[in-house]
Amino acid sequence: MRLERRSHVPLHLAFLAPVSAVLVALFLAAGLIAAAGVSPLTAYTELVRGAFGSRLALSEMLTRATPLIFTGLAAAVAFRARLWNIGAEGQFFMGALMTAWVGHSLSLPGPLGMIVLMLIGMAAGAALLAGPAFMRLRFGVDEVVTTLLLNFIVLLFVGLMIEGPLRDPLAFGWPSSVPVDGAYRLPDLIPRTRLHCGFLVALGAAGAVWLVFARTVFGMESRATGLSGSAARFAGISLPGTLMRVALFSGALAGLAGSVEVLGVTAGVTTTMSPGFGYAGIVVAMLAALHPVGVVGSAIFVATIFVGADAMSRATGVPSFIADVIVALCLLTMLVALLFTTHRVRR
Amino acid sequence: MTDAIDLLLNTNLWAAVLRIATPLIFGVLGALLCERAGVLNLGIEGIMTMGAMTGWLTVYLGGDLWMGLLVAAFAGGLIGLLHAGLTVPLGLSQHVSGLGITLFASAASYYIFRLVVEVGSLPPTIEPFRPVDIPYLSELPVIGTILFSQTLPTYLALLAVAMMAYILAHTPLGTAIRMTGENPHAVEAQGLNPMRIRIGAVVVGSALMALGGAFLTTAAFNSFFPEMVQGRGWICIALVVFASWKPGKALVGALLFAFFDAYQLRLQTVVDGVPYQLFLMAPYVLSIVALVLVARRAQVPAALMTPYRRGER
Repeated sequence: MRLERRSHVPLHLAFLAPVSAVLVALFLAAGLIAAAGVSPLTAYTELVRGAFGSRLALSEMLTRATPLIFTGLAAAVAFRARLWNIGAEGQFFMGALMTAWVGHSLSLPGPLGMIVLMLIGMAAGAALLAGPAFMRLRFGVDEVVTTLLLNFIVLLFVGLMIEGPLRDPLAFGWPSSVPVDGAYRLPDLIPRTRLHCGFLVALGAAGAVWLVFARTVFGMESRATGLSGSAARFAGISLPGTLMRVALFSGALAGLAGSVEVLGVTAGVTTTMSPGFGYAGIVVAMLAALHPVGVVGSAIFVATIFVGADAMSRATGVPSFIADVIVALCLLTMLVALLFTTHRVRR
Repeated sequence: MTDAIDLLLNTNLWAAVLRIATPLIFGVLGALLCERAGVLNLGIEGIMTMGAMTGWLTVYLGGDLWMGLLVAAFAGGLIGLLHAGLTVPLGLSQHVSGLGITLFASAASYYIFRLVVEVGSLPPTIEPFRPVDIPYLSELPVIGTILFSQTLPTYLALLAVAMMAYILAHTPLGTAIRMTGENPHAVEAQGLNPMRIRIGAVVVGSALMALGGAFLTTAAFNSFFPEMVQGRGWICIALVVFASWKPGKALVGALLFAFFDAYQLRLQTVVDGVPYQLFLMAPYVLSIVALVLVARRAQVPAALMTPYRRGER
């Protein structure tokens, strides 16, 4: 028995892959739910109700999906060019911190200020990934390790800033940074919920990334770099240049995630504001097979698991860590499913 | 300033170095073994978490400390088998699979821990490994406390370094492993099965990583809590590069690293006016600096991260 590469990926398989991956992951996680003494069927029903059961649940789910769309896009952009950016978590926090910092004392008209602050978040994220990209190009250092280590450094830096120079004197309990000025808070999309216009920005970003990939020279160059570095170089594409631009693009998207989360939801920065948005973004991107439009769908799926699992945990007593288990399992099953879209089994 | 230098003369600091180095030694040996056979194992962070949880849980549920280590190694090996299955016969991306393994193993560890231990104010504790004074040697001045009053798993880690160095350099098995990492087709030509060698190396390597995690909960601390591995796995991956894939140098790297870690912890108490986060950042910054310094000269196994498919070039 051996694997043989298909000449092209059949369309029905491209859609079947994520669906079967998710089903297998849910099936495997059912074993762990049963170990908690709860019927998996009850648990999954509660989970779906927790994410879709009411207007509030639905809006919470979409609020949670917003940063996941950005970090999923960040991973998709990088992974397409085989730049292993695992640092979206750090870039998220850097974007968030810079947005809160500048947004606290900025004086611009509201809408203009929002745009400026988002650009600042993007610049912060891009700058943070430029370092590892440079280290890879100049010194040959694997960016996986450097971006991962930077996540820890950034989180400590955020802690340092919000306990020191950026501390909000009005915040009680957990340290928080000063909040952005109320004038720059993104307006609510649905009144009396937390869902904000950042969701629309996320959808716009997905469309923009799709356009860049499908219709621009840069998109073609970055895909070519990912498919075969040597072939891309032979075609006259500058690898260092392309990789650096991919890094800036990917980092900017992850930074924007943090910026929008601050402008739309938290106003200030805390070290606990991300339940692993950066890492989950990798799963989001993989479930979408790195397709920018698919990222929106898979971000909604992952958000459903996270938000739904919280409600399910409250209702049934199954530890809410089950959400992370399901999401991680999805990554592994999707990886296998993708193999069968590009390869067939031959005896 | 004199305080900072006084710290260096304190034997407690140097005894702590070996203790802090122990999980890193296990982890870096495990990562090194996987990579020498050609497989990058980014599952390390999750495998260490799994080892920490299973080791602790075994003892908490009434097992003996050594049984805890054994269970941890077994659990680590099992997860290693999953990573090996995905990356060796299926030839999937070692980067993505490894990250998936880390996410899965960490999440599963926390989940299982929560099933057994309800949310409470304080995590429950166990009776951990105690330092053992080796007769006569531990009475030597200075060196006695530093080298010969450690817990037994620390000696086990040092033994593992010697064994790994010997096996890799001087046995047919070691030659086969190294060859698999350099040129699996040549291994096949010798009548050996490179897939089996890779799978074996990843399973054993992952068991070693899990021992490193288990040391945290059964010797360094006495309880388990989420996020306790704190990037030690990633640091091990960096240390393997720093060590140029050699066990002896890996030991030096782990000790060097542990020294800085132990020193920064103590420095925090005597230096005023510097935020403690800056000290905590030091280990991660150092890892990056180390990578930059050695990456160009590193002797990377030639077939690292290249999936092996029979009959394909």
